Amino acid sequence: MPTPAPRSRHWQWLLVLPTVAPLLTPFANRLEPTLIGVPFFFWYQIACAVFAIVIITAVYLATREDNRE
Amino acid sequence: MSDRHVEVGVFLALMAVVVVLGFGAARWRASEDPQTLEEWGVGGRSFGNWVTWFLIGGSMYSAYTFIAVPALTYGVGAIGYFAVPFAIVTTPLTFLFTTRAWSVARRHGFVTHSEFASARFGSPGLGAAVAVTGILATMPYVAVQLLALQAVLRTVGFGGEWPMLAAVAVVSICTFRSGLRAPALLSVVKDILMAWMLLTAVLMVAMYGGWDRTFRVAGEHFAATPSPADGLLLPQVGHLGFLTLVIGSALAVFAYPHALVGMLAAKDRATVRRNAAALPVYCIALALMALLGFFALSRGVTPVDGDLNTVIPRLIHEYFPSWSAGIAYAGLSVAALIPAAVMSIAAANAFTRSLFRPYLRPDATPATEARVSRWVSLIVKFGAAALILAVDPAYSVELQLIGGVVILQTIPAVFIGLLTGWFHRVGLIAGLLAGLGVGVGMLYDIPRADGTGHFGGSSWSVSFLGFGPGTTVYVGVVALAVNLVVAVGLTLVLRASGVAAGVDATHPDDYLADAGDAKLKRLDGLIDGLPRKPLSVDGRGAHTAGAVRTREAEPALRSGSAAPESLSQSGPGPGSGSGSVPSVPVPRDAEGFPRELGAFSREASSFSRDSSWLPPDSGWPPRGGSGRPPGDEPDDIRATTTR
Repeated sequence: MPTPAPRSRHWQWLLVLPTVAPLLTPFANRLEPTLIGVPFFFWYQIACAVFAIVIITAVYLATREDNRE
Repeated sequence: MSDRHVEVGVFLALMAVVVVLGFGAARWRASEDPQTLEEWGVGGRSFGNWVTWFLIGGSMYSAYTFIAVPALTYGVGAIGYFAVPFAIVTTPLTFLFTTRAWSVARRHGFVTHSEFASARFGSPGLGAAVAVTGILATMPYVAVQLLALQAVLRTVGFGGEWPMLAAVAVVSICTFRSGLRAPALLSVVKDILMAWMLLTAVLMVAMYGGWDRTFRVAGEHFAATPSPADGLLLPQVGHLGFLTLVIGSALAVFAYPHALVGMLAAKDRATVRRNAAALPVYCIALALMALLGFFALSRGVTPVDGDLNTVIPRLIHEYFPSWSAGIAYAGLSVAALIPAAVMSIAAANAFTRSLFRPYLRPDATPATEARVSRWVSLIVKFGAAALILAVDPAYSVELQLIGGVVILQTIPAVFIGLLTGWFHRVGLIAGLLAGLGVGVGMLYDIPRADGTGHFGGSSWSVSFLGFGPGTTVYVGVVALAVNLVVAVGLTLVLRASGVAAGVDATHPDDYLADAGDAKLKRLDGLIDGLPRKPLSVDGRGAHTAGAVRTREAEPALRSGSAAPESLSQSGPGPGSGSGSVPSVPVPRDAEGFPRELGAFSREASSFSRDSSWLPPDSGWPPRGGSGRPPGDEPDDIRATTTR
C-alpha cells in the first residue's frame, strides 16, 4: 500500500511553475528580444516546454520513492 | 521518373508498410486472451515508457493539430499559436491527475471516464450522460481528422472521396483486428516520419532566408491586412480570448474519452509520470509546426481552393525534395488515422461500458462486450466519414467546435472528480445540462465573419461588459463556469436538505495504487477477462484460476464492510452480482467466484437508491459536509473503510 511521505509530496507544488508560465502571455506579448529571428512571443513558449521537461523530471525524481513498494 | 512519381511512389510504399504493420500488430506483445475488451481496448494495459509516449503523442498530436495549427498561424498569426501554451499546460496536469486516474481505473477496472463518474458519484445516469457527451464530442473530432487526411490526399493527387474512404476502411480493419496495438505500433512509425518531416522543414527554413526573413515578411503581410485581430503579436483586446481558449482547450484534453485510453495502457504509475515529463517534447514539435505557418506565409504559398488545411501539404509539395515530401505525406496521413482509431475505440468503450452494459444487456459476457465495442468503433469511424460526405466540410469544423465546448462540461465529474467526491450526482447532472445549454446557446449566438448566421466560432464577444470592442471570451470556459456554479449550488442545497448522495465506490487509497498492489487488476485480462460462468468459454479457465489465487492472496483489509452484502438485491446465480459492496474492490458472487468489477458501479448505485444508511465514501476530506446525519453510519463500517 503506497503511503507517500508527506515531505516528498511538497515537491509537487513545483508543478505550479510550468502550469502558470505558459499562461503569462500578456507579459510575453512582445517581439524583442528575438532568438535566431524568432520573436520573443513564440520562442518563449518553446522555452516553457523545455522548462516543463526540467521541472516535471525534477519532481518525478524527488517523489520517486512514492512509487516503490 | 518525374518528381511527382517519386513523391507518390514513396508515399504509397510507406502506406503499404503501415498497413502490414497494422495487421501484424495483433501479435505484438500480445497476451493470451485477446477476446476481452480490456485486451482489445487498452492493449492489455501492458505498455511501457516508450510505447505509451508514442501512443499519447500519436493520439493527442494528430494530423488535425499538425495541419490546422499552421493553417491558423498562416491565417491570423499569434492567436493561432494558442495550441502551444495549451499543450504545455496539460503536461504538469497529466503528471498529477492522470496518475490518479490510472490508479483508480486499475483498481476498479474502468476503461472509460464515464465508468469512473458512475462509480465515484454512485450514479449510472451520470455515467451514461458522460458517455453520451463523450461520444457526441468525439464523432466530429474523428471527422476533422479525416478532413485533414483528405487535404493531404488531395495535395498528393488523390482527389475526391474514395481515397479517404479506402484509408478509413483499411484503418478500421486494422483496429478491428488489433485493437489498441495497431495505433500504438503505428504511432512509432508516425513519429519517425514526422521527425523527418520537421527536420526537413527546419532545413528548408534555413535555406530560404531563415526565421528573420520569415517573420519580417509575415509581419509586413499582417500589417497590410485590414483585420486588427491578426499579427505577429496578440492585439490588446485579444488576451482574454486567448487565455480562456488556452485554459479551456487544456482542460478539454482531459475530458475527451481518448485521452484516458493511451494512459490506461501504461504499465505503472511511474510510466505515466515519466511520460508527463517527456510529453513537452511534442509541444516543441507542435511549436515548430505552428511557426511553419509563418514560413508558408512568407513564401507566398497559396492554399488549394481556399482551404487553409492544404497550406502545409502545399508547402511540403513546393519546397521539399520529392522523396522527402512522400515521407511527410505518409507521416501526416498516419497522424490522421491513429487518432481516428484511438478516438473510435474510446467512444466505443464508453458506449459498451456505460450504456450497453448498464442499460441494454446487463448480462453481457466479456466476449459480447468486446464484440460490441469493435462494431461500435467501426460505426463511429464510418459515421464520421459519412458526416464529411453528407455535410459541408465547414459544418464538420463547426461540429468539432461545438464538441470542444460540449466535452468541457464533463470536467466537474471526470476531472475534478479525481480530487473530490464532494459533488452530489444530481448537481453534476444538472450542471452538465446547464453547461451544455449555455454553451450551445452562446455558440449559436456567434455570427459568422460576414456578420450573419450562427456558429461562427467559439469566441463570444464580451465588449458589452466594458472591456472594449473586440474583446472575446472562449465559450467553453463560460459554460463550464455556469456548470460549476449550478453543480456546487445544487450540491449544497441537496446536502442541506438531506437528499442521499450516491455512494462513492472508490476509496482514497484507490487513487494512489501502483503496479504490484495486490488489489490491482492484473494485465492478462483480469477485469473483463473473468467470465461470468467460469470455464465456459474457450480456454478461460487459466485466467480464472489465476484470478482466484490473486484474490485469495489479498489481505481481507476491509472485511468489516462486508455487512452490506446481505443487502444484495439482485437475483442469485453466477454473475448476477450479489454482494457487491462499494468500498470492497474485490467482491465475490454467491458461489464464491470473484466477480469482475466493471459491473459493480451499477450495483453500487442501486444500493444508494434504497439504502442511504450505507457508509458514504470514506473519506476524501472535502466530502465532510455530507447531508447524511452522522449517526447514520455504523461505526464499525466507518472504522474499516476510513483508515
